[in-house]
Amino acid sequence: MTREPAYAEIMAEQTDIVRRSIGLDYDRYATGAIAFDYERLLSDTGYDIAEVHAVQRRTAVGDTPLVELENVTALVRSFAPTNKGARIFVKDEAKNPSGSFKDRRASLSVHEAKRRGYEGVAAATSGNYGAAVASQAAKAGLRCIVVQEALDSHGVAQPEIAEKTRACEAYGAEVIRLSVGPELFYVFLRVLKETGFFNASLYAPHSILGIETLGLELAQQVRARTGRFPDVVLVTHAGGGNLTGTARGLAKAGATDASVVAVSVDLAGLHMASDRDFNRKSFTTGHTGFSLPFTTWPDRVDVPRSAARPLRYIDRFLTVTQGEVFYATQVLAELEGLERGPAGNTSLAAAFAVARQLDADRIVVVQETEYTGAGKHPIAQLSLAKRLGVEVSRGDPAGNEPGRRIVIPEHPAQLRVVEVDLERVRKSYLRNAVAHVPEGARLDDADFTYLAAETRTSVSFVQEAIHDVLRKAG
Amino acid sequence: MTDRFAKGTWVEIHRIVLPAGERAPQVPEDTARVPLEMRVKGFLAEPAVIGAQVEVITAAGRRLRGTLVEINPAYTHGFGAPLPELTMIGSEVRSILRQRGHCR
Repeated sequence: MTREPAYAEIMAEQTDIVRRSIGLDYDRYATGAIAFDYERLLSDTGYDIAEVHAVQRRTAVGDTPLVELENVTALVRSFAPTNKGARIFVKDEAKNPSGSFKDRRASLSVHEAKRRGYEGVAAATSGNYGAAVASQAAKAGLRCIVVQEALDSHGVAQPEIAEKTRACEAYGAEVIRLSVGPELFYVFLRVLKETGFFNASLYAPHSILGIETLGLELAQQVRARTGRFPDVVLVTHAGGGNLTGTARGLAKAGATDASVVAVSVDLAGLHMASDRDFNRKSFTTGHTGFSLPFTTWPDRVDVPRSAARPLRYIDRFLTVTQGEVFYATQVLAELEGLERGPAGNTSLAAAFAVARQLDADRIVVVQETEYTGAGKHPIAQLSLAKRLGVEVSRGDPAGNEPGRRIVIPEHPAQLRVVEVDLERVRKSYLRNAVAHVPEGARLDDADFTYLAAETRTSVSFVQEAIHDVLRKAG
Repeated sequence: MTDRFAKGTWVEIHRIVLPAGERAPQVPEDTARVPLEMRVKGFLAEPAVIGAQVEVITAAGRRLRGTLVEINPAYTHGFGAPLPELTMIGSEVRSILRQRGHCR
């Protein structure tokens, strides 16, 4: 049998493998010890938003409907204070070819892989993105390999990922299903090395530019319908790409006053690399297990510099519970006739509490839906949870405890949001930045300016926070 | 006699990629105790029996080796039985709207 190369052996080749597989020299963009020119990294792709739209239209990606959730709005107004209860809209991204907004991310990457003459594309993803890349690759006539974290050590598949496996295979992709662990990246590097395929990274510049059209469309559709731009845009937040691309698209539409709100399912207490916890999360994305680490340090991905830099764009960061998302999913199906999600409905769950506080003439947009199917459904997730000993009950969602107890609300007024302290998130980002300064290098003015932009603060805030970090480190 | 499956049969192979003890240094203890396993589907390159070391040709055209574990593997994920924790939500919220005169 062929020898498996050791973990450390492949990881040592990471820089070279990634450079070849993405055809981009990230070193060119360095401007300081850790600073880099983010805008130039994006603009050097050579695509403006009109060209992105044109590429996407060729494969029927984007131009999804904006749906007003009149019944959900009425429900929220039934318990909101007088004259409160904003109008709630949803961007029905499930209408994309493979059933989620991820088609936007995949379209430009696959287009680029084809243009540059790659024979195939590969992606490391257990989510909707795999199906999106496989679908786009099928249309472009490219081969496709998707590497998934799909099973625990007992061979039990997370049902939502099992459905993604099926979808990817339906589009003609090779799917490598792995048991739990961060070594997925090691396997992915081996695939890139062995095949010479294009790395359709979720975090490459093309992936983020592909989402800008979502923000742009959303702003234009809301204005065409209501005569104004949205007041609040709720974004289900995991790796940061959805938030970054949407916020940039909103800005390009001129909707600069729209508040961009990140929403994640709170999975506190569960370890993301734990074999035991894997099937007790009941969510595969849109949760804090991704969003907190990726917001406080985006460059922990399969490319040297992530093009998803959420802290630059977040106005508010909220969490909701697992039970609240399942409840919102059921309400969306039964009151609006839209069977969607569940994971994409994370921001919908937050809409109940956010809209309730706002004046009735305000506009809240839930910026995505995703398709529903076997495995990808509250029933499938809750059935698995029960089988693994997680308690499922109705009650006050404040009693929800990830991995132990999922509490489905009894009344829509029980849905609330918990504010994540952005000041703490920013300081945590800066702690990580200090830890990533290469040995022997020093932070200079270019770095401080960069870090201020990264954290949406000022140079003096950055300097003070870093001073604090260094003082505590002695 | 053990069944022998023809070349070209759609199958799944299994392989240990990293044994327990050779996992990445950062994995938690429960994950470090078990191997990193891989499952991939493809067409059998040669006739074989279950449990044999085989080569498959994957959907991306690659040749991969591993233990033959399944023939024509089924997709077994589904929905499951309706859950009492979810089935009442629709009528509850419709009743709230009815009280407000909003719907039927």
